[in-house]
Amino acid sequence: MKRIFGRTKSLRPLDTHYCSGCGHGVVHRLLAEAIDELNIRGITIGVTPVGCAVVAYDYWDFDCVESAHGRGLAVATAIKRLQPEKVVFTYQGDGDLAAIGTAETIHAANRGENLTVVFINNAVYGMTGGQMAPTTLIGQKSATSPLGRNEKTEGYPLRISELLAQLQGVYSVERTAVDSVYGILKTKNAIKTAFQNQMENKGFSLVEVLSACPTYWDMSAFESLDWIKNKMSKVFPLGRIK
Amino acid sequence: MAYIKLDQEKCKGCMLCIEVCPKGQLKPGVALNKKGINPVMFLAQDCSGCTFCAIICPDTAIEVYK
Repeated sequence: MKRIFGRTKSLRPLDTHYCSGCGHGVVHRLLAEAIDELNIRGITIGVTPVGCAVVAYDYWDFDCVESAHGRGLAVATAIKRLQPEKVVFTYQGDGDLAAIGTAETIHAANRGENLTVVFINNAVYGMTGGQMAPTTLIGQKSATSPLGRNEKTEGYPLRISELLAQLQGVYSVERTAVDSVYGILKTKNAIKTAFQNQMENKGFSLVEVLSACPTYWDMSAFESLDWIKNKMSKVFPLGRIK
Repeated sequence: MAYIKLDQEKCKGCMLCIEVCPKGQLKPGVALNKKGINPVMFLAQDCSGCTFCAIICPDTAIEVYK
């Protein structure tokens, strides 16, 4: 009997602090698998965000740097410019990348920094208690929009990936979802391709991952995957954007 | 026959593996783990080693052997 599936070297054998059914755990594993398959564990530097994934560096067995809220891409830019032989990626949520860090994100993309960005979109601020994020869907209830998001007062869900795809400096933008076995395998491929782009000096690559937050969506884990399939991916269409 | 090793202490009971198993080899357990939740139980009757349960598991609690 041979082990055909299990933890790879880059993923420490620890319990995560994430809620039951959270998509972060899956994406952590996919990142670790991609890094081990490309054999770049020794030269990878991750930049972790502020948000639910703030202690992601505990779960990965490679070098990481913690950044201030939203400033992940500014920190990553400095690391990559000082050590261009390293593979640098940021792991950011929607409150981090699309709200407080919008300026840093847009300018790093516009400069065409040779970085890989993994952007977790779960349509709420998870760490602080489920408040409305820029990516919250119209009509979606959250702690700060208890009657549902109203586009007249709170605006529309921000499609930051489409926005970044307009910029000349950006090499590739892809949106996937960890809502099924197929979706998870596709996400892994997208992450691996984004790393390969960086290793071939092609430029800024972003992978947006639609991920479940059963706790603040007030659903079971399985219902939340259904919600991604039926509601969220209608507003954030999946596939290669650039 | 293929089989899985399920780490009962890592399981958070989201039950996603139960939904994706094509052979219905997983079901909610009866004993509580240290986290105070019912971890999933493996029936070990007809596992094909498709790894679907391990792929969808958010806590990487499942190892698959074939």
